[in-house]
Amino acid sequence: MYKITRKRELVENIFLMDIEARRVAKSALPGQFVIIKVDEWGERVPLTICDYDREEGTVTIVFQTLGASTKKLAALSEGDEIRDFVGPLGNPSEVVTDEKEHLLKKKIVFVAGGVGTAPVYPQVKMLKEKGIDVDVIIGTRSEKTLIMEEEFRKVAKNLYVCTDDGSYGFHGLVTDKLKELMEVDKKEYDLCIAIGPMIMMKFVSQLTKSYGLETIVSLNPIMVDGTGMCGACRVTVGDEVKFACVDGPEFNAHLINFDEAMRRQSMYKTAEGKKNIIMEQKSVHEH
Amino acid sequence: MKKNRVPVREQKPEERVRNFKEVSYGYNLEEALLEADRCIQCRNPRCVGACPVAINIPKFILELRNGDIKGARDTIGEASNLPAVCGRVCPQEEQCEGSCIVGIKGEPVNIGKLERFVADWAMENRYRNTEKLPGNGRKVAVVGSGPAGLTCAGDLAKLGYDVTIFEALHEPGGVLVYGIPEFRLPKESVVREEISLLKDLGVKIETNVIVGRTVTIDSLIEEEDFEGIFIGSGAGLPMFMGIKGENANGVMSANEYLTRANLMKAFRSDYDTPISHGRKVAVVGAGNVAMDAARTAVRLGAESRIIYRRSEKEIPARAEEVHHAIEEGVIMNLLTNPVEILVDEKGFVKGMICVKMELGEPDESGRRRPVEIAGSEFVIDCDSVIMSLGTSPNPLIASTTKGIDTNRRGCIIINEENGETTLPGVFAGGDAVTGSATVILAMSAGKKAASGIHAYLEEKHS
Ligand SMILES: Cc1cc2nc3c(=O)[nH]c(=O)nc-3n(C[C@H](O)[C@H](O)[C@H](O)COP(=O)(O)OP(=O)(O)OC[C@H]3O[C@@H](n4cnc5c(N)ncnc54)[C@H](O)[C@@H]3O)c2cc1C
Ligand SMILES: Cc1cc2nc3c(=O)[nH]c(=O)nc-3n(C[C@H](O)[C@H](O)[C@H](O)COP(=O)(O)OP(=O)(O)OC[C@H]3O[C@@H](n4cnc5c(N)ncnc54)[C@H](O)[C@@H]3O)c2cc1C
Ligand code: SF4
Ligand code: SF4
Ligand code: FES
Repeated sequence: MYKITRKRELVENIFLMDIEARRVAKSALPGQFVIIKVDEWGERVPLTICDYDREEGTVTIVFQTLGASTKKLAALSEGDEIRDFVGPLGNPSEVVTDEKEHLLKKKIVFVAGGVGTAPVYPQVKMLKEKGIDVDVIIGTRSEKTLIMEEEFRKVAKNLYVCTDDGSYGFHGLVTDKLKELMEVDKKEYDLCIAIGPMIMMKFVSQLTKSYGLETIVSLNPIMVDGTGMCGACRVTVGDEVKFACVDGPEFNAHLINFDEAMRRQSMYKTAEGKKNIIMEQKSVHEH
Repeated sequence: MKKNRVPVREQKPEERVRNFKEVSYGYNLEEALLEADRCIQCRNPRCVGACPVAINIPKFILELRNGDIKGARDTIGEASNLPAVCGRVCPQEEQCEGSCIVGIKGEPVNIGKLERFVADWAMENRYRNTEKLPGNGRKVAVVGSGPAGLTCAGDLAKLGYDVTIFEALHEPGGVLVYGIPEFRLPKESVVREEISLLKDLGVKIETNVIVGRTVTIDSLIEEEDFEGIFIGSGAGLPMFMGIKGENANGVMSANEYLTRANLMKAFRSDYDTPISHGRKVAVVGAGNVAMDAARTAVRLGAESRIIYRRSEKEIPARAEEVHHAIEEGVIMNLLTNPVEILVDEKGFVKGMICVKMELGEPDESGRRRPVEIAGSEFVIDCDSVIMSLGTSPNPLIASTTKGIDTNRRGCIIINEENGETTLPGVFAGGDAVTGSATVILAMSAGKKAASGIHAYLEEKHS
């Protein structure tokens, strides 16, 4: 059992939790993820590691409530325990393991979208600790859904916030901002790292491909075990089929078949929809 | 001497296709005694030599016949830590029963069902033999809780070692919990029970620990003072065919399908994990894994078929499973091979193009090689395809530990005598070494490594 030591609702429907898991906290690195299972009946849900404290033995996760499993998790409080918490899974992000001299030569821009903003944070923080300054673009629906702005102000060289509705910062999509930075502000980047909804990563990738800007994305396909045993997470990268949980989750964006990845992600929409109906019926019976 | 075996009672096919309860009821005491009578107590029992862990079969059968079921359980226990499992899933027709002398003129003694009866009886009557040597304080780590790891752990615990099993998944048991379905191997009453017996022997089990990620072999040795290590990480990596359409929605590995159904219990409405509700399921392959997937599909309400490129004679699954699958209405498309999966405009499977095959000259495995019949393409109507083409070992441990060598197929190389890998003090066995094989072979490898580890540590401390 793994204890929730802290819980905060960052904005509506996005929660942050610190979970006590000594072994995971000890070996976690930015870019990796965990799989949690709330209780005996729960699904195995993959979530990116957003921070960790090796002394305290805790790992931070940030998640958005979408379906049954994330709602179940959000219903728990500080002091409650979850049944399973396994990780760190996947490979650490390349930028954090790369050599400093190598990194110093590169101009890096991060593009974060929605709840994907949270996993970008430890990478930027670790680079800052190494003395490497990077630009960060955050995209979100509106001012009300923006998360972790203050944290980013402390570690990013330049932070650009974009909102779909124009309620805060730049009015437009992250791709519009990135284009503006490169064309109007004449920024010359060598590496782009994009983490967020699949559709955002797809369009960032299309844009950077046209500029020949090397781009890495962190994929979030449907997973079951997260250890390479089932193949549910398979994605086409170039002309190879890869298992995102063990070969990724980060890949060269320009080689990814995003349309296939998005199609595979929606696989259980109908079955999931039914599940939601069952959940609602259950709660009706209980009252 | 009766020529025929005492028949085994089973759930009727038309009933069992609508539930996940065990198909075979096994013997009751009366039936077991009758069947035990058929063993002629050979002086040189061929059955024992054909059992990979060399259970003293005539001895336990005699004890059973004499009404000493506890004694029979102890006799089996000397050789096997998981008899209720093996009695159910061993390919007996190729092993013990295949060599039984009674089988020459009639049907062989039903050794598997007798073993199962004795093990089940002991569980129902709470008879547990937890005799072990006093603790010697030496720590051994076992990676993976499949049959190889469980057996190695049990044997070492009996010898007085302080054993901890590290398991990547949230439940111990390996393939016994995530692969083999409930209707063949009940999880609560059989697998959990046999594992809890190990816990009584003092074996600790830490789930949710992935060796190579959460900890490493090196950190276990250097930071946690484990003096011996056994790797029983299995062969979990599924293979795909590489044909067109294979990434369509509705194509999955048998591992994924079975894991959703068994480990995650997706067939029960009180569990959250979804499973695709395919109406027409095609399973490619004909091993135990394929039969399990096809029979699971039947129970989830689908029309289910096996697609296999060789003929009936070459089917690698246990005979009982093939028989049960056919009884349950699984369609057998033998001498048939898929060439392309057809995909609809939304990206879901809508059918599969196959070709007919014929058998040619024998290949290196001695089986006749299937060859395509030109121009024989036809379309099978299906909305789900389950690939069951075999699995290979997961490279994670070997790739994160310096000094553990693997062969071309990714299997860990060991010294056949004692199970030791190329890294001293680290042993391995089961599917991680052989590639996918059987429960009983994994167990016998676990046993061999346990005595290898014991000898290694005795030597080290002498
Ligand atoms: C490696 C990895 C890292 C991830 N990190 C995070 C994270 O840090 N924070 C976070 O909030 N989520 C993260 N996700 C996504 C998260 O796992 C899913 O949101 C979660 O499984 C949804 O479960 P649910 O039962 O609540 O919703 P479901 O009922 O399963 O889904 C609800 C809706 O969300 C869609 N959906 C399902 N899975 C995903 C997915 N993987 N991505 C996008 N949409 C999906 C479904 O199509 C459905 O419409 C990650 C996924 C992966 C594979
Ligand atoms: C569906 C199916 C049906 C089968 N039917 C039969 C049958 O009827 N009869 C028969 O004899 N055989 C059958 N087999 C084969 C048999 O189950 C296997 O040969 C046997 O389980 C192998 O045992 P093992 O202990 O080597 O590995 P496994 O049972 O595969 O166990 C390995 C364990 O190690 C864990 N692990 C892997 N990597 C790590 C890591 N890095 N850190 C921690 N833990 C790790 C895995 O999660 C797993 O729990 C079947 C197999 C399948 C898949
Ligand atoms: S363990 Fe398997 S091979 Fe050995 S006697 Fe039992 S069923 Fe037969
Ligand atoms: S070979 Fe058959 S008859 Fe002989 S001892 Fe074994 S089970 Fe009994
Ligand atoms: S999630 Fe099962 S192989 Fe990646």
